[in-house]
Amino acid sequence: MKTLHTAGTPLLEIRNLSVVYETDTGVVHAVDDLNIRLEQGKTLGFVGETGAGKTTTARAILRIIQSPPGKITGGRILFEGTDLLSLTDEEMRSIRGGRISMIFQDPMTSLNPVMPVDEQIAEMVRLHADVSAEEARARAVEMLRMVGIRPDRAGDYPHQFSGGMRQRVVIAVALACTPALLIADEPTTALDVTIQAQVLELIKELQKKVRTSMILITHDMGIVAEICDEVAIMYAGSVVEYAPIDPLFERPLHPYTRGLFRAIPDITDDSTAAIEVIPGTPPDPTDPPKGCSFSPRCSRAKDVCFEKRCGMREALPGHFVDCYFPLLEEEDALARSEGGAR
Amino acid sequence: MFLFEKNSNLRLTLVRLKRNRLALLGFAILLVIFLLAVFADFAAPYGFSKQNLRARFQSPSMQHFFGTDEFGRDIFSRIVFGARISLQVGFLAVFTAMIAGGLLGAFSGYRGGRFDNIVMRFMDVVLSIPTMLLAIAIAAALGPGLFNLMIAVGLSTLPRFARIVRASVLSIKEQEFVEAARAMGASDWRIIVRHILPNCTAPIIVEATLGVAHAILSAASLSFIGLGIQPPYPEWGAMLSSARGYLRDYAYMSIFPGLAIMITILSLNFIGDGLRDAMDPKLKR
Repeated sequence: MKTLHTAGTPLLEIRNLSVVYETDTGVVHAVDDLNIRLEQGKTLGFVGETGAGKTTTARAILRIIQSPPGKITGGRILFEGTDLLSLTDEEMRSIRGGRISMIFQDPMTSLNPVMPVDEQIAEMVRLHADVSAEEARARAVEMLRMVGIRPDRAGDYPHQFSGGMRQRVVIAVALACTPALLIADEPTTALDVTIQAQVLELIKELQKKVRTSMILITHDMGIVAEICDEVAIMYAGSVVEYAPIDPLFERPLHPYTRGLFRAIPDITDDSTAAIEVIPGTPPDPTDPPKGCSFSPRCSRAKDVCFEKRCGMREALPGHFVDCYFPLLEEEDALARSEGGAR
Repeated sequence: MFLFEKNSNLRLTLVRLKRNRLALLGFAILLVIFLLAVFADFAAPYGFSKQNLRARFQSPSMQHFFGTDEFGRDIFSRIVFGARISLQVGFLAVFTAMIAGGLLGAFSGYRGGRFDNIVMRFMDVVLSIPTMLLAIAIAAALGPGLFNLMIAVGLSTLPRFARIVRASVLSIKEQEFVEAARAMGASDWRIIVRHILPNCTAPIIVEATLGVAHAILSAASLSFIGLGIQPPYPEWGAMLSSARGYLRDYAYMSIFPGLAIMITILSLNFIGDGLRDAMDPKLKR
C-alpha cells in the first residue's frame, strides 16, 4: 500500500500551527507557531514538560480538541499532502482511526467500561471497513492475539484486565485498521516500570509489523532513545529543537534541551551533587514572553532574545533549532554563559 | 441489548439487590400484580363491568373477595382488571418519557452551549409547574381517555429524565474513553448511544422505577377527579372516586382500591430504593 509515490511528500507536515484555549482567565496559547515534519515509516518523539503542548498538538492533528474552549487559530496540518484542517467533519471521521489513530495515556479510563474488549476493537473495524459483524469480530480476536491476549478472554470487560493488558487492548484498537500514522500519547506513563518495557517492546514490534509511522509523546528521554528516529523538543507551545536522535543526544543545541539532559540523574555517578535544574518556571501560557519563550530562564539570553523569536534554523545539517545562539561549541558556550549574563 | 449480556457489573448489582429483603418483597409483589394484570381474564372471577343489581353493596365474602359496589360489580375483579390499566399507564408513560427526555437530555448535555441552554431552560420552566397541576392541565386540554392520560403523565415527568440523563452525560463525556471513541472516528450519535448512555443506566433505571410509582399515582389522581379513565373501565383512582360517596357505610369499597394503589406504589418504591443502593458506585467492592 505504501508505495514510492508518497516518497516525495512527507507523511505529516505541520506548518505554523497555533492552538489557543479561550478560558475565563485569558487566552491560553497552548501551541504557538509549531512546525514539524514526519517522514513515512519514521518514529518521531515529542518531548517536553507538562503543559508544553504535546497532547494539544496530537489532538489538533486528529481535530479532537474540545471546542469550546479550544480553537485552532492558524497553520496547516498536511497529512499525505492534504490539509486536515480543510476537511469536512465526515471526511475527518474516516481519517480518525482509519488513517491516523491514537493511543491514550491512561488505559484505565480510555476503554469503555461497559463494552467487552472484542466489541470495542470490532467497532473500530466496522467504522472503517465494510465488513460483517462476524468478520469484524474475527479481526478483533486476531488483533488481540497479536498483542498477546488469549482469544478466550476476548469477551471480557476492561475491568477484568490488568493495566498492562488494558493498554495492550488499547493498542489493538488503535492498530486494528492498520493506520498510516499512530499517535501514542504517553502510552506507558500510567503503567508499572516493568510493564512499561513490555508495552514499549510491543509497540515497537507491531509498528514494524503493520508498517505505520508513529508520533510518541513522552517526557522520558530513555524511551525516546530506545524507540524514536527523530526527536522534537517542545517548550511552551512550540518546537525548540528538532533533529534525528543521534545528533540530538550527542550534541543538544538548544539551551533548554541541554538543561533537560543535565537534569537526568546519572546512576553511575557516585557523587552526591544535586541534579542540575533549570532556574525558573515555564512562562504563563496566557501571557507568553515577547521574544524567545525560553529567554527568561536562559543564562545565554541577549537583548535580541527578548525582542523577537529566532524561528527554526538549520544549525547543523538536519538539525533544527529555534535559538540565536545554539550551543555549537561547548567551550564557547560555557565562556559565554559565564561572562555574558552576569 | 447490553443490559442482559453477562455484564458482571449487572451481576454484581443483582447480588447486592438479593441481599435487600424489602426490594425482593417489592419484586415479588409486583410480579404477582403483573401476572394478575396479564392473566386478568382468567384470574378475575367476574367481568369488570358485569352488573348484578341483586348483589349490590355486598361485604367481602368467599363469593366476592373484596365485596361488590353500587352496581353489584365484583370489586376484586375490577381491581384485577384495573391493574392492567395502572401498569400500562405507569410503564408506558414512563418509558416514553424516559426515551424522549433521556435523548433530549443526552444531546443537550453532549452538545452543550446554546442548544443545551435552550432545552434545559425550557425544562426548567416545565419543572417549575407542579407536576400534578401540569398533568391536570394537559389532561384537561386533551380530554379524558387512556392514551391522553399516558401523554399527560408522560409529558409531566419528561423533564426529570432530561435533567438526570444530562447530568450523567456531563460527567461521562469528559472521560477518556469518549475521547478515544471520537479518535476512532465515531459519530456523535454513535458516541452518545453506544458509549455514553450505556454508562449512565444506573441513575436512569432508578429514576424510571420510582417514576413508574409516581406515574401510577398521577394516573389514579387524574382518574379520581374525572380526567382519566372513564367508566365503566375500572381504574383504581376512578373506583376510589365513585366509592367516596359510600365511605361511611361501605368503607371496603374505597379501602381495596386504595390498598391496591398503595401496595403497588410501595413495592415499586422498595425496588427503586433497593436498586439505588445496589447501583451506588460507592458501595462497590
